[in-house]
Amino acid sequence: MVASDISEQQVYEWLEQVPDPEIPVLSILDLGIVREVSVDSTVTVSLAPTYSGCPATEAIESSVRRALHDHGVEAPVIKRVISPPWTTDWITRRGRQKLHEYGIAPPQKSLEIACPQCSSLQTELVSEFGSTACKASWRCRDCLEPFEYFKCL
Amino acid sequence: MNAEQTLIDYTLRLADNALILGQRMVENVAAWPELEEELANANFALDFLGQARMLYSYAGELEGKGRSEDDFAYLRDEHEFRNVLLLEQPNGHFGDALVRQYLFEAAYVHILGALVECRDEQLSAIAARAIKEVQYHVRHTSKWLIRLGDGTELSQTRVQQSLHDVWRFTGELFAADDIDIAFQETFGGPDLSAVAALWRTDVAAVVSEATLVLPDDEWMATGGKQGRHSEHLGYLLAEMQYLPRSHAGATW
Ligand SMILES: [Zn+2]
Repeated sequence: MVASDISEQQVYEWLEQVPDPEIPVLSILDLGIVREVSVDSTVTVSLAPTYSGCPATEAIESSVRRALHDHGVEAPVIKRVISPPWTTDWITRRGRQKLHEYGIAPPQKSLEIACPQCSSLQTELVSEFGSTACKASWRCRDCLEPFEYFKCL
Repeated sequence: MNAEQTLIDYTLRLADNALILGQRMVENVAAWPELEEELANANFALDFLGQARMLYSYAGELEGKGRSEDDFAYLRDEHEFRNVLLLEQPNGHFGDALVRQYLFEAAYVHILGALVECRDEQLSAIAARAIKEVQYHVRHTSKWLIRLGDGTELSQTRVQQSLHDVWRFTGELFAADDIDIAFQETFGGPDLSAVAALWRTDVAAVVSEATLVLPDDEWMATGGKQGRHSEHLGYLLAEMQYLPRSHAGATW
């Protein structure tokens, strides 16, 4: 397939199928790290790393490369753009919904974190650090379930 | 000194600081007394290694001799590293490591603040990425300093000693040399005397809240930025560089 036959819309649909390796319920589009897609003689995808040392960055880049390759794009260009820096504000509305359904409280500016199980606001911080750099561990005082909170950054 | 060389030298200093502190923190992985701090330490270390990688890659691009981030990290000798002496000091106990990290980052956060505004687009972008991480670290380490200082008699005595032990390495953070001055003039980099003033205010506030005493400024050790290191760096590098040097090009 030559790149000129591909629409940008098509590329976005393929990228929707690429999960975040650390929170697979989110696609990289939900996460807001796809900054730009352009199609000319080849397909170029610009990605923003979430954190400087995020171990998922390279895994994501190779997944994108593979996804494009599987759709016949011979030599896609994957660019890493660090400016402006990624922020949790870029997680889409749909991404936030998916996080909530998955049991991870989505990032928010307010200090009251709702329990993703029972929606109670009677919750408390257990640990600022969780299973990955971007999550904290919380607990619900009503339903007593522990849950993860995607930290606002 | 030409502008290009100034930029390369300055970028490598930033990279070396991030790598050496990151490596010291990696040495503490699985050593911390509780899980939360264990995760904090490992995550913070990862932030530094990520910053180091971006900075080395950029230095390699500027230099144009095909050196990769790994080449800079693994294939240079002690005298080629330009990190400040503070960061290569041995880990000691929890309080020592915490104080070392806090004193450095309390300055680093203001250096990054100035770099965000500098005239080199790429360094400005890296700084904008890094500063969010470093602000978060500083919040965390200052809380701990306060908790230990204003804690038990034992924790206060020990963390006060930690402050005394590394204080003589803090002067180097603000000792501007030719590269710092050239970088400031050519690229609008940080004014280290302004950074020193900000640092002093921040540190004095946290130290006072921690009911600790700010050590007196005595003789300050310098030389790391010029490649003259304490004996500790050699051991750090020996461990860090062993594998890639003994098995060149090894992959897994
Ligand atoms: Zn609940």
